[in-house]
Amino acid sequence: MINKIVASIAEALQGVKDGATVLMGGFGAVGQPDELIEGLIEQGARDLVVVANNAGAGKVGLAKLMEAGRVRKIICSFPRSAGSTVFEELYRAGRLELEIVPQGTLAERMRAAGAGIAAFWTPTAAGTKLAQGKEVRDFGGRPHVMEYALKGDVALVEAWEGDRWGNLTYRESGRNFNPVMATAADLTVAQVHHLRELGEIAPDHIHTPGIFVNRVVRVHRGHPWS
Amino acid sequence: MWNRTQMAARVAQDIPEGWFVNLGIGIPTMVADHVPAEREVILHSENGILGMGPAPGKDKVNAWLVNAGKQPVTLRPGGSFFHHADSFGMIRGGHIDLCVLGAFEVAENGDIANWATSENDSAPAVGGAMDLAAGAKRVWVTMEHTTKDGAPKLVERCSYPLTAMGAVQRIYTNLAVVEVVPGRGFVVKEIAPGLALADIQAKTGARLHTDG
Repeated sequence: MINKIVASIAEALQGVKDGATVLMGGFGAVGQPDELIEGLIEQGARDLVVVANNAGAGKVGLAKLMEAGRVRKIICSFPRSAGSTVFEELYRAGRLELEIVPQGTLAERMRAAGAGIAAFWTPTAAGTKLAQGKEVRDFGGRPHVMEYALKGDVALVEAWEGDRWGNLTYRESGRNFNPVMATAADLTVAQVHHLRELGEIAPDHIHTPGIFVNRVVRVHRGHPWS
Repeated sequence: MWNRTQMAARVAQDIPEGWFVNLGIGIPTMVADHVPAEREVILHSENGILGMGPAPGKDKVNAWLVNAGKQPVTLRPGGSFFHHADSFGMIRGGHIDLCVLGAFEVAENGDIANWATSENDSAPAVGGAMDLAAGAKRVWVTMEHTTKDGAPKLVERCSYPLTAMGAVQRIYTNLAVVEVVPGRGFVVKEIAPGLALADIQAKTGARLHTDG
């Protein structure tokens, strides 16, 4: 019997190695798998490269992991936000590398990784400093920038429902980066609000088919930013 | 001179029924409040929402439903959710009819600078600005005509780091509505009550043209 459901956060994070590239879902606090992210502190992996839209806020989740000194580099579109003090301090102190990627390019780089596309050409960022050092080619008279696929060793996602095959649904704007990241890593771990029996999630309503998911763990948490 | 509310209302006046529109943060967000209720304009939010509605009452906040500024919003009947790659596919794929953005500077060739104020910005944050400016079918900017210190924001060439090249078609400021016409530059379409073209030119860093 296939059973991807694991009993604990520790089990869900087993095998995450030092230096791993970890994709973390969420847009601000919504759809952000804070329990898994914080679980990495106990798990012990160091020198992590984190891919996330934001660079954490307050003292929870990614901010807590960064404060614990586990993150070497962050790849994100918008590191500054209300309460991103941990990021600001580490960045100013030169203790955190930063790669800024336009939000749509960030999503597409991971989509490409999950879909077996090595690189692609996009008009986004052409002629800007974020295109410096990148290949540029004209298509239809318009400059396009070459961007490489961005693959994770691990993806940590937050879903609303999950079953033992790893099928997932997301809730409202909590979907955001989660389904894209789920496709783009060697090991995808989903924390879910609700476990469902196999077949209980209507096939038409499954957002992420279980093929993309390796482990599912139930977390007891309330609504985001509550 | 127009105030911020009037600027937002002026932008809303030009948005026809049926357009898919992405609104940036600041005055652009206020545009939604001035689209008449009977005119169906579908708002897109880059974190995966179409059919976004206004902010909820304080007792009706849904923590799962936020806009690109991470503020609580509502969903109109017919609205939908989707993931980030689809959301930016809508933008880059030319499916968004209009994006309204704020800006630090717009140049007479349509270049826009709205994400970083200096080359040495310690921790820049671009978000979806470059994707929107390069991808939307139309980009309109609404912003004050000058900085707080009186420096022009409509200029010959942007001095701040670019967000996108040649992206902007129209600018709505507190003083005027200005088209950006390829090969011509800034063409004034409308002037705020009580002002003359010379007043606007004095506060603009590039030559203003008129259709007359």
